[in-house]
Amino acid sequence: MDFTYDDEQQALREAVRGLVGKAYSDYENRRRAVAEDPGFSETVWLQLAEMGVLGLPFEEQYGGMGAGAVEVGIVAQELGRVLAPEPFLTSVVLAGGLVAAAGSEEQKAELLGGLSSGDLVLAFAHAEPGSRWTPTAEAVRAESAGTGWALSGVKEPVPHGARADLLVVSAALPDGGTGLFVVRGPGVVRDGYRTHDSGRAARVVLDATPATPLGTAEDRTGIIARVLDAARVAACNEAVGLMEVALDLTASYLKSRKQFGVTLNTFQSLTFRSADMYVSLELARSMALWASMVLDGGSGEETSVAASRASLQVSRAGRHVGQEAIQLHGGIGMTAEYSVGSYTSRLTALDHLLGDGDHHLGLLAAGVSGYDEVDPLP
Amino acid sequence: MQLALSAEDAEFRDEMREFFTTEIPQEIRDAVRDQRELTKDHLVTSMRILNEHGLAVPNWPVEWGGRDWSPLRRHIWHEEMQRAFVPAPLAFNATMIGPVIAQFGSQELKQRFLPATANLDIWWSQGFSEPDAGSDLASLRTTAVRDGDEYVVNGQKTWTTLGQYGDWIFMLVRTDPEAKKQAGISMLLIDMTSPGVEVRPIELIDGGHEVNEVWFTDVRVPLDNLVGEENRAWDYAKFLLGNERVGVAPVGATKRLLAQAKEWAGPLLEDPLLAARVAELENELLALELTALRVVAHSADGKPHPASSVLKLKGTELQQAVTELVVDLAGPASLASGAGDDSDLPWWTRRSTPVYLNFRKASIYGGSNEVQRQIIARTILGL
Repeated sequence: MDFTYDDEQQALREAVRGLVGKAYSDYENRRRAVAEDPGFSETVWLQLAEMGVLGLPFEEQYGGMGAGAVEVGIVAQELGRVLAPEPFLTSVVLAGGLVAAAGSEEQKAELLGGLSSGDLVLAFAHAEPGSRWTPTAEAVRAESAGTGWALSGVKEPVPHGARADLLVVSAALPDGGTGLFVVRGPGVVRDGYRTHDSGRAARVVLDATPATPLGTAEDRTGIIARVLDAARVAACNEAVGLMEVALDLTASYLKSRKQFGVTLNTFQSLTFRSADMYVSLELARSMALWASMVLDGGSGEETSVAASRASLQVSRAGRHVGQEAIQLHGGIGMTAEYSVGSYTSRLTALDHLLGDGDHHLGLLAAGVSGYDEVDPLP
Repeated sequence: MQLALSAEDAEFRDEMREFFTTEIPQEIRDAVRDQRELTKDHLVTSMRILNEHGLAVPNWPVEWGGRDWSPLRRHIWHEEMQRAFVPAPLAFNATMIGPVIAQFGSQELKQRFLPATANLDIWWSQGFSEPDAGSDLASLRTTAVRDGDEYVVNGQKTWTTLGQYGDWIFMLVRTDPEAKKQAGISMLLIDMTSPGVEVRPIELIDGGHEVNEVWFTDVRVPLDNLVGEENRAWDYAKFLLGNERVGVAPVGATKRLLAQAKEWAGPLLEDPLLAARVAELENELLALELTALRVVAHSADGKPHPASSVLKLKGTELQQAVTELVVDLAGPASLASGAGDDSDLPWWTRRSTPVYLNFRKASIYGGSNEVQRQIIARTILGL
C-alpha cells in the first residue's frame, strides 16, 4: 500500500502544472480566456494535446497514452488548482470515455485520435430536463430511420455542447434500455450559454436528427454508469485541487489583511475555522486518491461504491471549504475580480454535474445493512 | 500509488489477526467488546502475553523490545488489535514514558525501567495536568527542590487516569522557578509508595472511577530519578504528546463499534434517516482511516506528521458521534444505566449512556481538540 506518486506521476504533475500555471496562474488571464466563446483557450487545448494529456486515458493504438485513473486524477487536480476552463473532464474523461468503452474500432480510431490530437472537442449530451444523475435517458428517444437512426427530444444542460465538434448522445431505445449515439454538427439546434463558473453549456434540440450508434444500438446503461463513475472520481480530484488553492488563498489573505490595526490571523475564530477547512480538505484528498486507485484495479461494483463514497466526502468538503473561503475573505470574496469566489463557484458546479452528496448518500444508505464494516482494501 | 497490501504485508496482517484472536483470553476480549470497565488484571494479563510475543512495544528501539516495523506494519498491528477487541498495551507505559526513557534517559535508567515497563511489572501513571495547568500545561506549579542527593516535591496533579493502580508516576515538575515557564521544567520518576504521595479518586459523570488527583507533600525523590537533563523536560513532553496524539486516532475501535451498532439497530436500520446517518459516519470513518494510512507512511524519525492533528481531531469526533448513535439506538432503554443484570433490557442499552458520557473526554485529552486546531493553524497553515 502506497499513497505517494511515483517518479513518472510526479513528472506528469510538474509538466501539467507548468503548462496550465503559465496560462492561468495569473487569474486575469483566466478571466480573459473565459470572457469569450468557447469559454476556454484553444491554444491551451492544443498544448495539452501536444503534452499527451487529452489522450491520457486512451489506448496507444488510438493515439492515447494508456494511463490510469491516478494519472487522470493528477491532471484533474492541476487543472482545478488554476481553474483551467478547458473541458478535460467532460470532453476527454466523459465523452471520450464513452467512445473508448462503446465505440467501434473505426469510431475509436477517428474520435479518440481526434480528441487526443486536439482536433476534436466532444461533448456528452445526457442530462434532460427533470433527470437527476441516472445513467439512463428518457426524454430523448431513438427511432430507426431507414437504414440508420434518428433522435428526437431535448438535452440540457450539455457541458460545452455548443462548441463541441460532435456529440455523444444517450437516448431511449424503442425496445427499452438506453443507447449511445454520435451526432454531428448540422441539423441540431444548439443554444449555448455561460454557466456560473464561467464554463459553457447548451440546450440541444434534436428533431429526427440523424445519428450513428456508438458501436451498436443496444442498451448501454452499464457502460454509461461506469464512465460516469470514472468521471466522478476525476471530478473529485479536480475538487481537491480547487479546495487546496481556496484554502491557500484564505490562509494568505488572513495573514495580510488588516482590520482593527492587526492582521486577521490574530483572530482565533478565523484561524480555527481555517483549521477545520484543512481537516475537510485532507479527508477529501484521501478519498479521492483512494477512489482513483480502486478505479484502476477494482470491479465495476467496487468502483461504483468508491465513486459514491468519494463524491459524498468531496461534496461535503467542497461546500464547507468553498463557503468558508468566501466568508473568511469577507466582501472581496464576493467579487468576480478576485479569484476565491470562482473556486467556490466551480466547486458548486462539480458538485451538481455528476451527483451531489445527498444523491450518493442515498445510494450508500440503501446498501448499509448489507455489510458489516467498510474495508478500504480491495 | 498502490492500494493493495504487498504479499508480505498481507501475510503480516493475517499473522496478527490469527495471534490476537487466538492468544488473548476470550474473556478479556469480550469485556472490551461489551465496553465493560476493564480490571487491572485484564490489562496486565493481556499486555504480558503481548510482551512475551514481542508485540507490546513495537514502537520502541529494537534493543529494548521494539520491532523496527514500517509505519504501515505498526498501523496494521494496531488496527488488528482493535479489530480483535484486544486492549491496547497500557499507553502510559508503551507510548508515553517508555519511548521517552528510551530516547532521553540514561543507560542506567533504561536498564532499570524499560524491561519492567514493557512487561507491565511497573504500572505507570501520568503526572502532567494540574488544576491550573490543563491545555496550558507549561503553567504547572508542582515544584521539585534539590536537597542533598534528593529532590523534594510538593504540589498537586490531576486527571491521573487509573492512578489508583499506579506503581510509579512520571511527573513534570518545576525545577527553576526563575526561568520562563517552558524552560524551568524537569521530568521525574516517582515511586507512588513514597511517603507523602496521596491518590484521591475523582468521580466522573458516568459514575465511574477512572481518574484521580495525586497530592505530593514533601516527597523525597533520588536525583537518579531525573529523566535526561534538568529543565529540559518541555522537549520530552512535546515528544511524548506527539506520540500520544497518533495513538488516539482510534479508527479500528470506532469501526468495530459502528459495526456493532448496526447489528444492535436491527430493523431500525430500515429507517432511511438512520441508514443515512450510519452511511455518513461510515464514510467519514473510511476517510479517516485512509488519512491515517497516508499519514503513517510519512512519519519519519518518530516525529509526528503535522497532519496527525487531523487524526486526533476527527478521530475523537467520530468516536464520540458513534457513542452518541448507540444511545439514540437504545432510546428509552438508555435511561436504565443503573439496572442490574436481572434487567430485561439488553446490556448494551444499559451501558450506552455511561459510555457516551465517558467519551466526552476524548476531545479533551491528549491536547484538546482546540489545541489541535491551534497546531493545524500555526504549523500547517502558518497562521
